[in-house]
Amino acid sequence: MTTASAPVLEIRDLSVSFPTETGTVSAVDGVSLDLAAGEIVGMVGESGCGKSVTAMSIAGLLPGSARVTGSVRLDGTQLVGARESALRRVRGREIAYIFQEPMTSLNPVLTVGRQIGEVLQVHERMSRRAARARAVELLTLVGIPSAAQRVDNYPHQLSGGMRQRVMIAMAVACGPKVLVADEPTTALDVTVQAGILQVLRDLRDRLGTSVLIITHDLGVIADIADRVVVMYAGRVVERAPVDDLFAHPRHRYTAGLLSASPQPGRHAGTDRLTEIPGLVPVLASQPDACTFADRCPAADEQCRAAAPPLEDVGGTDHVAACWHPCLTAPTAAQEANR
Amino acid sequence: MTPQPNALEIADLVMHFGPVRAVDGVSLTIPRGRVTALVGESGSGKSTVGRCVVRLVEPTAGTVRIAGTDVTHLSRRRLRPHRGAVSIVFQDPAASLDPRMLVGEIVAEPLRLAGKRISRRERDARVAPQLERVGLRAEVARRYPHELSGGQRQRVSIARALISEPMLLIADEPTSALDVSVQASVLNLLADLQRDIGFACLFITHDLSAVEYLADDIAVMYLGQLVETGSRERIFARPAHPYTQALLSAAPVADPVRQRHRQPVLLGDDLPSALDPPSGCRFRTRCPLAFDRCATEVPAQTAIGDGMAACHLVRPDGTGPDVRTADPSEVLS
Repeated sequence: MTTASAPVLEIRDLSVSFPTETGTVSAVDGVSLDLAAGEIVGMVGESGCGKSVTAMSIAGLLPGSARVTGSVRLDGTQLVGARESALRRVRGREIAYIFQEPMTSLNPVLTVGRQIGEVLQVHERMSRRAARARAVELLTLVGIPSAAQRVDNYPHQLSGGMRQRVMIAMAVACGPKVLVADEPTTALDVTVQAGILQVLRDLRDRLGTSVLIITHDLGVIADIADRVVVMYAGRVVERAPVDDLFAHPRHRYTAGLLSASPQPGRHAGTDRLTEIPGLVPVLASQPDACTFADRCPAADEQCRAAAPPLEDVGGTDHVAACWHPCLTAPTAAQEANR
Repeated sequence: MTPQPNALEIADLVMHFGPVRAVDGVSLTIPRGRVTALVGESGSGKSTVGRCVVRLVEPTAGTVRIAGTDVTHLSRRRLRPHRGAVSIVFQDPAASLDPRMLVGEIVAEPLRLAGKRISRRERDARVAPQLERVGLRAEVARRYPHELSGGQRQRVSIARALISEPMLLIADEPTSALDVSVQASVLNLLADLQRDIGFACLFITHDLSAVEYLADDIAVMYLGQLVETGSRERIFARPAHPYTQALLSAAPVADPVRQRHRQPVLLGDDLPSALDPPSGCRFRTRCPLAFDRCATEVPAQTAIGDGMAACHLVRPDGTGPDVRTADPSEVLS
């Protein structure tokens, strides 16, 4: 759970925009977020909400054309605007990433042992032999059976779940403080997903790694996150401890997402899923208005005239950016669960 | 009068692609107007079953009957009169709609393929109510697929599938490529259409929450074979096969308080190869309860209610151990 110590990762007012042929596209607008040591924060939202762009901008992984403003501090070190050479020392060592599709992130012509070892040889200046031995340890850590043999496998010899475990082993090779996992289980089957989520939880428990996990799957969030950040059209619209968010969503978008997902016990014969009409907008500039207003059942003049600030909406550490937040009445999903 | 034939009857279906045994003896019946979900992990062969039913591929062995007609080995020409009885909706609407055709032409294409010569005016008159039925305005007929959102494109696929008034709809992961809010509208639409029109549906998916929402019956597939079938209520309340139990325990529920008290059964990552499936019970290499007999003897199908489970540990009365609570050492003693 949340600790009182200073955050490992501190994002303040982060904005990202991209110039395109048809004008500027604003992808992220004024995102602020803290990640405490040993904390797992889930970031949720639909495609196009700016989740991945936020994640990539943390360690400066966006293409050079991206315009990034604001502040990202990792253990006090400013990363926005840092020199490439400084970022290279941070990446892999202080902050590491895993992505959705492990096969496209792994090199098909190198054994997994070589790939994990490479990280150690570069960052820790280990010898090739020592790196290989450490690779076996790391593969064991992420739950790969008979790691001493698997270390000589090529990626194509492994299943999808094994490959994702290899990615995690590579990511944690240098003991990073922060692990960013962008849809790490989306391409995997549920039985495999359960194992990967377990590995991430273990790493947090054993190594104290902080994890920022990005997903569109509310089940994954409910399973693993301590706190949740909901993004919509580039902005954080709600942030809360996981129990509070699911029990009392205050932003209308969060409430919509929760009651749109099928839940245990719901059947079409007796129940209807709530639809959110319309689409996530692509914005050239961030208007001084609520960007969800056009899809919101509660929107009025105020919502179109001024952007709602992220404000305390009761509960501990629960903020939402909405002029007309939902009352803390049970949601449709909760009604169905009873 | 003979009783009305079932919408779909599959018997001992086998589909081998060279050495790959994708489907290896599947039998499944869908009565008219029922929704049967076919669930399983990637590589289990569930999509191949769907492709055999619409005869995108010709099965290696076994029979497929649609509305009583054996379509297993019909030639393309002989198959044509029966094409209208079964339609399919695919996962990715961007890939399954021809980008060079107008939406109106796409939706009307099944009529053209059925050999019906119709005027442009008549075509527009047939297409408009189809689009309306799936919640799209008639003007959409003059748009191209790329002008539409993902959810709208999937609605176009559904309109195309239903214009021939099929008795059976195959929906192969129809919502898996869509965002949560869009997914909800497509699931609602499928539920509404199914209730209003009354077609039978083979709903192929890995998404268990969508299954519980939409299906009447469930068939669980593992490595080319069915391991359990039954009603939605029974399978979700009392899954009998260890694989079904593991699958249900592994899918996280979107409720952190409940999720904290659930313990997933971890099966290991390796789905065995369909080139060389394990002897005996195919699930034994990942099953926490497997014992000697599982390697030597293929488990028979034990009848449970109106379904079955294929496991040595399921007793004739349909009861058996539960991998979610059982201690493997106790089960075997």
